[in-house]
Amino acid sequence: MEQNGIITTVELTKTYGDIIAVDHLNLTINSGEIFGLLGPNGAGKTTTILMLMGLTEPTSGSLRVDGYDPLRDALEVKRIVGYMPDNIGFYDDMTGRENLRYTAWLNHFCGDEAEARIQSLLEKVGLAESADRKVKEYSRGMRQRLGIADVLLKDPKIVILDEPTLGLDPKGARELLDMIKDMGRKEGKTVIISSHLLFQVQSVCDRVGIFVKGKLIAVGKIKELAARLSSGSSVIEIKAEPKERLTDVVKSVAGVTETEMEGDMLLVKGDGENLAPRIVAELAARSMAVYHLRIREYSLDDIYRQYFQGEEVTPSGISKL
Amino acid sequence: MESASSNVIIDKPKKVEEKAKRRSSGNLGTVFKKELADQLSSSRFFILFFLIMITGAVSFYTAVQNISGASAGDSEFVLVKIFTIGGNSLPPFTWFLSLLGPLVGLAMGFDAINGEQNRGTMSRLLSQPLYRDDVINGKFLARLAVLAFMTFALGGFVAGMGILMTGVGPTAEEILRLLIYLVLSIVYMAFWLALSMLFSLVFRQTATSALGGIALWLLFSIFVPLLAGMVADAVFPVNDQTPAITQLHNIELKQGLARLSPSTLYSEASVTILSPDVRTLGPVLAEQASGAIMGYLPLGQSLLLIWPHLTGLVAATLIIFAVAYTLFLRQEVRA
Repeated sequence: MEQNGIITTVELTKTYGDIIAVDHLNLTINSGEIFGLLGPNGAGKTTTILMLMGLTEPTSGSLRVDGYDPLRDALEVKRIVGYMPDNIGFYDDMTGRENLRYTAWLNHFCGDEAEARIQSLLEKVGLAESADRKVKEYSRGMRQRLGIADVLLKDPKIVILDEPTLGLDPKGARELLDMIKDMGRKEGKTVIISSHLLFQVQSVCDRVGIFVKGKLIAVGKIKELAARLSSGSSVIEIKAEPKERLTDVVKSVAGVTETEMEGDMLLVKGDGENLAPRIVAELAARSMAVYHLRIREYSLDDIYRQYFQGEEVTPSGISKL
Repeated sequence: MESASSNVIIDKPKKVEEKAKRRSSGNLGTVFKKELADQLSSSRFFILFFLIMITGAVSFYTAVQNISGASAGDSEFVLVKIFTIGGNSLPPFTWFLSLLGPLVGLAMGFDAINGEQNRGTMSRLLSQPLYRDDVINGKFLARLAVLAFMTFALGGFVAGMGILMTGVGPTAEEILRLLIYLVLSIVYMAFWLALSMLFSLVFRQTATSALGGIALWLLFSIFVPLLAGMVADAVFPVNDQTPAITQLHNIELKQGLARLSPSTLYSEASVTILSPDVRTLGPVLAEQASGAIMGYLPLGQSLLLIWPHLTGLVAATLIIFAVAYTLFLRQEVRA
């Protein structure tokens, strides 16, 4: 167990009747990192979060949030953790500012101190102008941003965001993720983002954990996960003329183990990236015209497909080489 | 629980100061304030308030019209009579309040919990540093405060107008009787409030909990008294030749069954406390009545007569609220 794990779970399990929502989860999240909790819907991400918040009781196993047990000291945990649920709701008949004021009061900020905090947060999330409009007039993106302000109001050590980008257009999602990145990098908060939208969170997370059917099946940096998946070898795609000779020439390069034509591209597998300069040199030596050469890396999507659906995938869909 | 299943020992949780642990979160007041503001600014409140005020004004008007005839040669207890005297076509104030009171309670509580759950505000609220007790207690107390405010405003309005129109000043006893009646009404409405809050916990949809509340209201105020009569007639059939003892049993059974309904309890209690000439609530035999001196019952005796009703209503309210409270504390927030 790492020393700086701010959140630790040991054999954490939650069952609803026969359904196992979270299955013997062992997870450590380090202080100050942005952690992505990835997985398809119903994988147990939200249940895990609810247990971290002390809103749901684990069936078995134990967990610590900054040293506190969320079951026994729910109040302490709730003081230091800001949680934004998916489909966050606000009181529609109140203005954005009034909604935040209620949260501020519940966190024992009052008077001028609360008002100043609310104002600065509203400015930060870009809602200062619509702060005194009723929340029912807000767009989805504005609600999410108000949610971020609401979470930050108590100045939490840990921020948990459940599907923060759900239902946002790409621009809105981008802005929100930038805000989250700032939160982690500049303010040093520990951030946990749960999402099934991998591409969006990929760029933000330091580490990700992949959840399938209640189990954490992989955890680590995205690059590490990709490396583990490809076991060190990546695929090179080449487009060169004349096509007829291409396969033979490439095969003659030392280290190439497999090749396959895909459309007008040749996919090469073997020693990995170091192959590329050698292939280029060989092609040049035979005075062939190279139009395109790219090293295909595993994207998070490949990782996702690999782990989630148990599909046999290789980079970008070569099914069998 | 944790040590039983996990063989990995993780560090002991931080010790929260014992003193801090017992300390309340201090957020009951915050929830109360917010809920109170919600209630008072909602259009629902204004509709209910004006509905009640209008019925109050109408029944008061008919009472003033009819009081001169009813109390000819008897100027005692004019103030409380305003509440119990109706006109030819219009029932008295007490009848209106016994009918509309439950509706007010139901309307205030039916979406107290599931409304927040459906809007997604509940999980946000519960992730703030406050105990769940604060949420349900704050919600209940704020609504109770609004009910009390409404009832006293209404009672004060009718009584004040009554004094003004009849020109008869109230006695201390009348004021006391009126206050007891108003408190009784608040308790009765609180019963329906607790019930509708319970329904708002049990049912996920606000429409379902509202309908459930209305169904129970109809059951208690209409069907239970009807059914009580039917059951009593089936167990102790009564006709012209029936001996008096069977008739007595019939009436007693009927009354006993009807008193299972809080509406019956409230109606009986409010009539007794407002009409000092009501001497008993059970059946009276002719020999018991013979030689009795007609007169008014003192306040203490009236109170004694309705004491079981009052405790019954308070107990029912508390039990229902306790059930709702326990359910709410145990309710899991689900994914």
